[in-house]
Order: sequence, then C-alpha cells, then structure tokens
Amino acid sequence: MSSAPAPVELDRPEIEEHRSADRPWLAIVWNDPINLMSYVTYVFQTVFGYPKVKAEKLMLDVHHKGRAVVASGTREEMERDVEILHSYGLWATVKRDD
Amino acid sequence: MSTVEKVEKGVRVELEAEEAALMRALMEQLLELLGEGPAKDGDGLLASVGITEEATRPEDPVLARLFPDAYGDEEGGAAGEFRRYTEMGLRDGKREAAGTVLAGLAGPPTAAGGVETVISDADAQAWLRALNDVRLALGTRLDISEEWYEEAARLDPRDPRTAMFAAYDWLTMLQESLVRTLW
Repeated sequence: MSSAPAPVELDRPEIEEHRSADRPWLAIVWNDPINLMSYVTYVFQTVFGYPKVKAEKLMLDVHHKGRAVVASGTREEMERDVEILHSYGLWATVKRDD
Repeated sequence: MSTVEKVEKGVRVELEAEEAALMRALMEQLLELLGEGPAKDGDGLLASVGITEEATRPEDPVLARLFPDAYGDEEGGAAGEFRRYTEMGLRDGKREAAGTVLAGLAGPPTAAGGVETVISDADAQAWLRALNDVRLALGTRLDISEEWYEEAARLDPRDPRTAMFAAYDWLTMLQESLVRTLW
C-alpha cells in the first residue's frame, strides 16, 4: 500500500446509506472451477479465524450451491472482507441482506 | 519432483531446474499482466493514496478474474466505487507477492540446477496468493471447467494448450502441497 502523506480526504461515498443503516450487509463467495477446495477452506480459516469444521462447511456450500454467505456486518466491514478475499483470489461480492 | 515440507523456520521448497524456470517465467508474466499500476493511472495525487480513476471492470477476462466486481448490478454504481478505492492496493499486493516468489527463487542453484529455499510462514502466504493468481490467470485463459482433466487428456499432444494444461496441473499440485503444509 502506498503511504504517501497526501492531503486528501478519504471519505468514502455513502451510497443510499440512510436506507440501509439498520440492515446488515453480507459477504458472499461464489463457486469457480479454479480455486482449490483445500485452499478456499484455508482462506476462510485464515481470513475469518473460523474453525476448520465451519470453514469446510462454507467451502462445501460454495461448491455445491454455487455460493455461500461467509460473513455479515456493516457495509464497511463487508467491503473490507471482500477486499481481503479478492487479495486471495476468491470471487467475492458484497450484498445488502434482504 | 518438487518437495514442499514444514521445517523449523518455515517451509522448505525444493524445485527441479525446469520447475524453477517455469515458475520464474509464470511469475514474470503475472507481473507483466499486472502492469506498473500507479505510474500510469492518471491523477498522481489520487494514485499516491491508492485511489484510481479506473471504475470499470477490465476487458481482459484474466484481469477481470483477478479484480472481480465486488457488487452485483442491483447496487448501482457501487462496484465502480469499490474498484476505485481498492484496485490499486490489490494490484500492489499481487505484485508484491509475485516479487516475493521471484526473490525466493533467486538463490544459488542446487547441484542439479534447481532451487532449494526455506520460506518464512509470512512469505508462504505470499507464495500461496501468487501461485493462486497464476492459476487463475492460466485457468481463465484455458477457460477451465471442473472437467478440465478429461478435456486435457483428449488434446492432441502437439496442441499448444497441452503445455498450458501441464503447467496448470503442476501448479495445482504445488499449491495443494503448500496448503497442506501450512494447515
């Protein structure tokens, strides 16, 4: 990450935040034919600190159902999680819980 | 054959000469694909804090796979916003990881011309991510499906994709060993 001390406000735009303030957001991981089952399980354990059994169950959900909700929380938290999952090469998205 | 094993100071990786050469070539191609990043990404001030003006999904399917949209269409322009704030940081992280692998391969060759290196647990994370990025790139180029093994077995040995499938297969095996070693 860049560490340049630039005088720029890093306020992120709050898109329709008023409408979703009390609704949790979800991080979703989608199935793909490249990521290894072992690797995906390992990433869930590493990123979320989930025990192996839970990580494995989520991985199998992704594998069999095509996708799984792997975390929920505020929009900012879910964006952070998805960014980390992208750094590991998982196909992840953020979605409002509805 | 490559060897990956847990040792006291981390993970010992041993690669044969051809394997090390293949790995180097693939990591260099990954770096080339990832590009320079900040230098060419428009506004210097924004770039220096990790924000780009780039808000659309890359057209190249490999880059689109390495930097996927974080939102579906139902959230309006959210995917573009997320991309503006995160893509450069992700890109830098991927470049750094590929650089870590290349540095690990840079030591003096073994007697057989291969590579033997002990990587720290932290570096092993970078190896995992970089190996996965190369697999994603190769797998996307090959348009790999979950039945790719059968497809590869049916290919004419002279088909140029045969070598790509072989590289993909080898990387898959190596990544699997690395995951099992770190677990």
